[in-house]
Amino acid sequence: MNIVLRLAWRNIWRQPRRTCLTTGAMVFSNVLLIFMISLQFAMYRLMIDNSLQAFTGHMQIQAPGYIEDKKMRQTVPDIVPLASALREQLETDTIAARATAFVLASSEDRSYGIALFGVEPQFEAQVSSIPGLIGQGRFLHSGDAPEVVIGSVLARNLRVGLGDELTLLGSGKDGSFAAAVVEIVGIFESGIVDIDRNVAELPLRLFQDIFYMDGSGHEVVVNAPELGEAHELQRRVESLLGTDQDLVVHDWDALQPGLKQAIQADMSSAFFMYAILVILVAFSVLNTQLMSVLERTREFGIVMALGLTPGRMGRLVILETAIMGVMGIVFGALAGGILTSWFSVHGFSIPGMAEMAANFNLPARMHPRVTGVTLFLGPIVVFLFTLLAALYPALRLHWLRPVEAMRAV
Amino acid sequence: MRTLAVLALLARRNLWRNHRRTIIMLGAISVGVWAMIFMTALTRGMVNEMIKDGISALPGHVQVHHPAYRDDPNINNLLPASDSDITQTFEGAGFKAWASRIKVPAVIMSERESRGVTLLGIDPARERELSFVSYDDVEGRFLKDAEDSGVVIGKKLADTLDTGVGKRIVLMSQDPDNDIADRGFRVVGVFHANMESFEETYVFAGKATLQKMLRVGDRVTEIVVLGDDYRDVEPVYKKVRDRVNDDVEVSRWFELNTYLGAMLKVMDGFVLIWVIVIFLALSFGLVNTLVMAVFERVREIGLMLALGMKPVNILGQIIIESMLLLIIGLAIGDLLAWATIVPLQSGIDISAVAKGMEMMGVSSILYPQLRLEDVVLANVIVLVLGFLASLSPAWRASRYAPIEAITKVY
Repeated sequence: MNIVLRLAWRNIWRQPRRTCLTTGAMVFSNVLLIFMISLQFAMYRLMIDNSLQAFTGHMQIQAPGYIEDKKMRQTVPDIVPLASALREQLETDTIAARATAFVLASSEDRSYGIALFGVEPQFEAQVSSIPGLIGQGRFLHSGDAPEVVIGSVLARNLRVGLGDELTLLGSGKDGSFAAAVVEIVGIFESGIVDIDRNVAELPLRLFQDIFYMDGSGHEVVVNAPELGEAHELQRRVESLLGTDQDLVVHDWDALQPGLKQAIQADMSSAFFMYAILVILVAFSVLNTQLMSVLERTREFGIVMALGLTPGRMGRLVILETAIMGVMGIVFGALAGGILTSWFSVHGFSIPGMAEMAANFNLPARMHPRVTGVTLFLGPIVVFLFTLLAALYPALRLHWLRPVEAMRAV
Repeated sequence: MRTLAVLALLARRNLWRNHRRTIIMLGAISVGVWAMIFMTALTRGMVNEMIKDGISALPGHVQVHHPAYRDDPNINNLLPASDSDITQTFEGAGFKAWASRIKVPAVIMSERESRGVTLLGIDPARERELSFVSYDDVEGRFLKDAEDSGVVIGKKLADTLDTGVGKRIVLMSQDPDNDIADRGFRVVGVFHANMESFEETYVFAGKATLQKMLRVGDRVTEIVVLGDDYRDVEPVYKKVRDRVNDDVEVSRWFELNTYLGAMLKVMDGFVLIWVIVIFLALSFGLVNTLVMAVFERVREIGLMLALGMKPVNILGQIIIESMLLLIIGLAIGDLLAWATIVPLQSGIDISAVAKGMEMMGVSSILYPQLRLEDVVLANVIVLVLGFLASLSPAWRASRYAPIEAITKVY
């Protein structure tokens, strides 16, 4: 072991209790940071996945302006051939075309305004979780049979079940009156009340007939295998579409602007809390290192008189801090990792959390997820700040005058 | 009493012996206390806005419905009493504001587009206090009275429907026999709201006009009552309950909006956890400071013990020292929090993340709320836990054997 390192090691154990307390402060905040950051990242991931999987998907091809106004006539022409051409060119099944309208749905004794989706029955399951959530009956068959699947709350409110008929009233693409009678073949339950209360799906071809769509639709949903690959895929889709067609590709962030902003808002308030924690730890380190330097004024005076430069002594002080910091990282990461892993398997919930979580499409039970980033991001920031805090005591040594220092009481 | 004064003097002087350490510790405590109060004020402000936006807007503090209405908001689930009877019982009962309404889902159609909306039949004179729409800030005009034959819609909805003031739209819903009830209306006003979803969802029409269109005679679907303070909803709830029959459902706002109810509860817990976490982070430094202060003075303490000072006085001296440190730190922290929050009380613009905040139910301006209870809570927690944390080093100091302590070499 080199001499400076050995000196530093011995110095920090001169006051074991102080060292333990300072390291303890680091371990405490590191454990907290690891747990919170792991939880946050897991929550954001889930929030994004859950919000996108029902309808939005990773990206959508739309007519310009549709994203803002969602007007019936802002259509993508020949949408079914477009979707199948894309599936062929990109060699993937996770692409499906859709059309949307707002209609009045009437049963025997009830009427409700709902959002009606025309979907491609054989491909919808690749881009949406709804087909997999059918509780009663079945999802749509392909083709243009007059059938519909509706949400469970809507079914209850309309007082209908499988086999019952539903009358749909709305306006077509050209503004003319549109109406149809369809049979309920399936009821889905997504657990998201807004969707279960407001949504119905029927085959796209039937939709195009009812609403005089003339082969057009409103959106082509494209999913990447992983959210992280969405950006790359979007570029390929854009280049395939070319510039001759008047279409745009929107990523999930544009489609659901609230999502990223909710995450940003949450991140900034979390960031404030973490910053405070780190600052308090830095204060603790500053205090400790300043004390340990002041205590050793005489000692420093002597070694300085013997010819040691203030720079080397300063490095010693920084090294002492670094040793404590590394201990903080090691023990913090160890304890934080174990604690967080335990919760990531078993999960936890806070009373009253369920209602709040549901607002963000999150389950009531939270499972933090430990990754390399969540494990070391917090501790490394803490480490850097402790070094920063030790800078002042270390630099102070430059003002030390050997003779006065040796006489200090 | 004399001893206490002497101990306090000793403690004060000891504190300033090593002023650097004391100043650093004071800095840490002040920052910690500031963060406790500042963060609490921000979250309180956020929740307060959320609840004000969320309930004082339309829902009021207490609502009365047909028992089946909330799950199935249908025109069939009308309140049993007629509107004139309701007016008789509620008028002059001393509520801050109350109103009876028709609220049903409907489809609105312009020449080009149709959308699902929530149709509200209101008496505008009654709703002034209850509405998120400021009547004078409407393009065109707001409804004149319950017989008004026009509708007022939100800006966002007007844009998507390609319509505006003076244009005609059609509203479709159902009557109690499930026949389609529809009627053409002229848009007389377009309102702005601080949440886009309000502008998309709500359509206002005259109550009497809707009663005619929906063929329900003199009946309504809900009564809304506003009390003085959303935190103190029980008296209003009781008063309403006394005025209606048992065959209707009376709900408090936190039952209507469980998200906000949960939010309010979780926030209290959050404030407590936040204060304690900050304190724990502080406590390492505090204990450290005390341990050092004792350690430096071992010989001195030994001498005092040898001279006959009672161990309990040594204990008291250290604890007073720690309390003094905490009190000064708290005072600075409180002052700092006050000084930073007061200038911000006119509102912090967070419109950069407006859509995200809307998802949480908050509009884009945040008003921090400095509540005395929270400040007291933070201060008391710091003092009590600080006292507990300083017990161990103080106890240790009072247990020294005088001879050993005096001869101790550093």
